[in-house]
Amino acid sequence: MGDTPVIRIRDLLFRWRGAETACLDIPAFEVQRAEHLFLHGPSGSGKSTLLGLLGGVLLPERGELGLLGTKLTSMAAPARDRFRADHVGFIFQQFNLIPYLGVIDNVLLPVRFSSRRRERIAARGATPFDEACRLLDRLGMSGDLRHREAVRLSVGQQQRVAAARALIGGPEIIIADEPTSAMDAGLQLVFVDLLLKEAAAAGATVIFVSHDHRLAAGFPRQLALADINRAIAVAEAA
Amino acid sequence: MNYAFTLAARSAWNRRLTLGMTLIAIALSVSLLIGIERVRTDARDTFARSVSGTDLVVGARASAVQLMLYAVFRIGDATNNMRWDSFRMLASHPQVAWAVPLSLGDSHRGFPVLGTNAGYFEHFRYGESRALALAAGQRFEALFEAVIGAEVAERLGYGVGARIVLNHGAGEVSLAAHGDKPFTVVGVLERSGTPVDRTVHVSLEAIEAIHLDWQGGAPIPGFSIPAEFVSKFNLAPKQITAALVGLKNRSAVFAVQRQVNSYSDEPLLAALPGVALDDLWQIVGVAERTLLAISATVVAVGLAGLVAVILAGLGERRRELAILRAVGARPRDIFALLTLEGLFITVLGAMLGLVLLSVATAALGPLAELRYGVAIRPRVVSIDELQWLGMVVGVGLAASLIPGYRAYRLSLSDGLMPRT
Repeated sequence: MGDTPVIRIRDLLFRWRGAETACLDIPAFEVQRAEHLFLHGPSGSGKSTLLGLLGGVLLPERGELGLLGTKLTSMAAPARDRFRADHVGFIFQQFNLIPYLGVIDNVLLPVRFSSRRRERIAARGATPFDEACRLLDRLGMSGDLRHREAVRLSVGQQQRVAAARALIGGPEIIIADEPTSAMDAGLQLVFVDLLLKEAAAAGATVIFVSHDHRLAAGFPRQLALADINRAIAVAEAA
Repeated sequence: MNYAFTLAARSAWNRRLTLGMTLIAIALSVSLLIGIERVRTDARDTFARSVSGTDLVVGARASAVQLMLYAVFRIGDATNNMRWDSFRMLASHPQVAWAVPLSLGDSHRGFPVLGTNAGYFEHFRYGESRALALAAGQRFEALFEAVIGAEVAERLGYGVGARIVLNHGAGEVSLAAHGDKPFTVVGVLERSGTPVDRTVHVSLEAIEAIHLDWQGGAPIPGFSIPAEFVSKFNLAPKQITAALVGLKNRSAVFAVQRQVNSYSDEPLLAALPGVALDDLWQIVGVAERTLLAISATVVAVGLAGLVAVILAGLGERRRELAILRAVGARPRDIFALLTLEGLFITVLGAMLGLVLLSVATAALGPLAELRYGVAIRPRVVSIDELQWLGMVVGVGLAASLIPGYRAYRLSLSDGLMPRT
């Protein structure tokens, strides 16, 4: 699997049900293993739709959508859900945590749904609980912060918990959708830095979606969605 | 799926206030439903076991159900008495093996007083042909002696040797008391689970004696016969309320019944206890079914409330469901999560309902037994009740499929990004 791109899209077309025009029309898009990609674009440019496709909850009208050499388009819905649980970690803009679970239980959620993540933790000789604590430590969430209710954390702290949850069990792909937009400016760069460092340590590919160019500095590759999405280009031309 | 259960429980706990209210509504409705079912079956049991081995109940002409109610169950009053002569005729009928006279109308602190004779202890049977047995003391022999039922003894703390005063008429408070002629308790009967437990038994002659100086339901003013002189009067009863009759040959029951009913000297009615009970259930059955239908509707209202509360909460939980989807939950996990939550509340509500009912039975059961003679047996749950509970849980599960399906649809359309 060495040289297979982590994400490979060819001639992908996606249209929302009832919509006249396509939302996404991507002739070609690839992300390599362990690559850290900064993807930007104005709201409404189809970022969320692209993430839904990568997560396997949406299916394109046509075209090829491959993750880790596996074609999502030829999988049944439960298999795509399983694939997402095993290989993709998500961090959203805000309200990432389940309010009625504690910090540790929130971090452990993917492990409950993915046996592959459990196995990878076990292969390192750790328990899921240890691993959750280790990641929280690395992300600066140590001590009694861990035992707080999720809803009593600040936004920045919540996003760190979400990052630990995305990383636990070593998924190959981390998708972060504007994870810092609700944070104070000073904390944003710290968060991105921590996230990228941990992802690098795990060898994970990161797709970081944001419209805030100040955050782009730490990313070796930066891309505007309009550059790969023909649907926007067409719409703008018209 | 296992984790869906944990999540459902913790999620429900997180919304414990609103769900708690719904839980209470379901618990109350379940205790109402099972309570009505319990009173119904226990009332039938109590009635059915109250008389056995008696072929005919004879009294003044009324409805058979009414006759049974006052003669056997001590509920209501007789509209008319039957003459002692008629009873003697009946007792001497060639087909009649035994006849026991019953004279009702007085009471002691709310417990009915029954005037009868020794034949009562000989021939009366209850349950599966069980005879009355004395727990202490002996049968009445002298004029002012009484034998009391187990409930009377326990409630009022009476034992052999206690002195009691009878009141005229039924009811707990009566101004007219036979205070000048007190009775001595000489015997206490063993508990039978029948109206006998609540009865004070005295001789027919004693009933006559305490009413010697009475007329028209009140003491004759300025006229009083002291207890020591009453034996000088003729104490042979002039009339009684009803009679229990046993036949030599049960196959003659319809013939004797016909003869009693067409007795020319006095309008009498002979009722077959079993038939009269069936009539009673026919009448009561309509009310029972109505009550059951109402309580079933109350359960349905409770479950509808549950569905409404879960559905209403769903809007706020779309974010939560999207997070679960993102970490790998399948739409069917979301479906299970919401359905389990409803099922969980229903099962918990049913169990809490049983607990509430047990508490209510413990608190109010003795009162029901005292006032209405219906002994509500305490029990955890019976097979019949389990069927009702099963139906409640089944309907609860079916109802919970609604929010489950709604959440399933939402999680399919929302994916990872709820559009709220």
